[in-house]
Amino acid sequence: MLDKNGIAQRIAQELKDRYYVNLGIGIPTLVANFIPKGINVEFQSENGILGMGPFPWEGEEDADLINAGKQTITALPGASFFDSAMSFGMIRGQHVHMTVLGAMEVSQNGDIANWKIPGKMVKGMGGAMDLVASAENIIVAMMHTNKSGESKLLPECSLPLTGLGCVKKVVTELAVLEIKGGAFHLLERAPGVSVEHIKAATAGKLIVEGEIPEMKF
Amino acid sequence: MITKIVENAWAATEGISDGMTVMFGGFGLCGIPENSIAAIRKRGTKQLTCISNNAGVDGFGLGLLLETKQIKKMISSYVGENNEFEKQMISGELEVDLIPQGTLAERCKAAGAGIPAFFTPAGYGTEVAEGKEVRIFNGKPHILEHAFDASFAFVKAWKGDEAGNLIFKGTARNFNPLMAMAGRITVAEVEELVPAGSLDPNSIHIPGIFVQRIFKGEQFEKRIEQRTVRQKQTS
Repeated sequence: MLDKNGIAQRIAQELKDRYYVNLGIGIPTLVANFIPKGINVEFQSENGILGMGPFPWEGEEDADLINAGKQTITALPGASFFDSAMSFGMIRGQHVHMTVLGAMEVSQNGDIANWKIPGKMVKGMGGAMDLVASAENIIVAMMHTNKSGESKLLPECSLPLTGLGCVKKVVTELAVLEIKGGAFHLLERAPGVSVEHIKAATAGKLIVEGEIPEMKF
Repeated sequence: MITKIVENAWAATEGISDGMTVMFGGFGLCGIPENSIAAIRKRGTKQLTCISNNAGVDGFGLGLLLETKQIKKMISSYVGENNEFEKQMISGELEVDLIPQGTLAERCKAAGAGIPAFFTPAGYGTEVAEGKEVRIFNGKPHILEHAFDASFAFVKAWKGDEAGNLIFKGTARNFNPLMAMAGRITVAEVEELVPAGSLDPNSIHIPGIFVQRIFKGEQFEKRIEQRTVRQKQTS
């Protein structure tokens, strides 16, 4: 079973050379710590920067330089700044190659719910709806089950949707799954996790074909 | 040269009145018009509909206008991290319209560019699309969104000149240029106000035509919401 860093590390294996990538808040942010050797990528933050770098050294924080999580960051050589309409132009116009975001629920046809729980304080969708509506390559990073142990991979989402039929891949602490043809296809198991365990934790339609390999790091 | 300079934030906010729809630039607390917000609080203008990506935090940014109950409605994409906001929203005192961030940006841009409405894929199939016209383009459904109409836009820039030309810094640019274009009256507060001719025309982000009033902000606190740093290794 993986921890949050493990999930991020596995997702980092999906990065390809010369990709522009948007990382959401939470586990997705950690992906930047595991870029494979020999691969050059640039991170976009939708508040208006391409070429986002790591956190600044203590004492060098700049209030005018933050990411979409409102954290102080740095700009790498080759970085650029732009306004919010241009930023979402990059996203909707499919200039960004990969989007990684968290979710509360994902359905077997790729629907995602990650912004609202009825009856609880609603904070808003931020850029999530724009991201999932247009990106070609959306990977969800999340835990397989919620705090009550219920599956987050469902036949249909029960929470208000963020987007329809958009998620291509899900990486959890248990597995890597691809979504196609209205089902979750099991691609890889986390180290030490059995297919039976994944089956039990997946409420949506799960397809297991042949021998399922363990993730390699 | 047409000069846009006004003396201070008080003069710049002249004409704002109860019930108006107004825009505020900024993302989180980054690039917010601190001085105009302080002046509006002092004026006590009520029943405002505010278009801003976020609603500030308790005691800073638009949080200051929430504290004094000057805001009737917020149009934003994300409103977390604000207890006063939550209290007023739950009690029903404050109306809230949550819209996708890219749609918010485009509705500002459209307003400034004379485009009354546009189609976007964002929000299709969600509650954001309820009651909106849907059309298929290139095999994909899109929803109709309308341009905003705001009496005032309050923006913050790094540098500006007396002609109203603006240059932004870092990610403090965000919604500021778009709202500058959208406001019927755009008020820009800047950290440095310089004579015309001091800024390179090649480097201007927003031409002065979009700015009706410009002033040098008296004070910028530039509060940081999430201070994240790396520790220097001592070897």
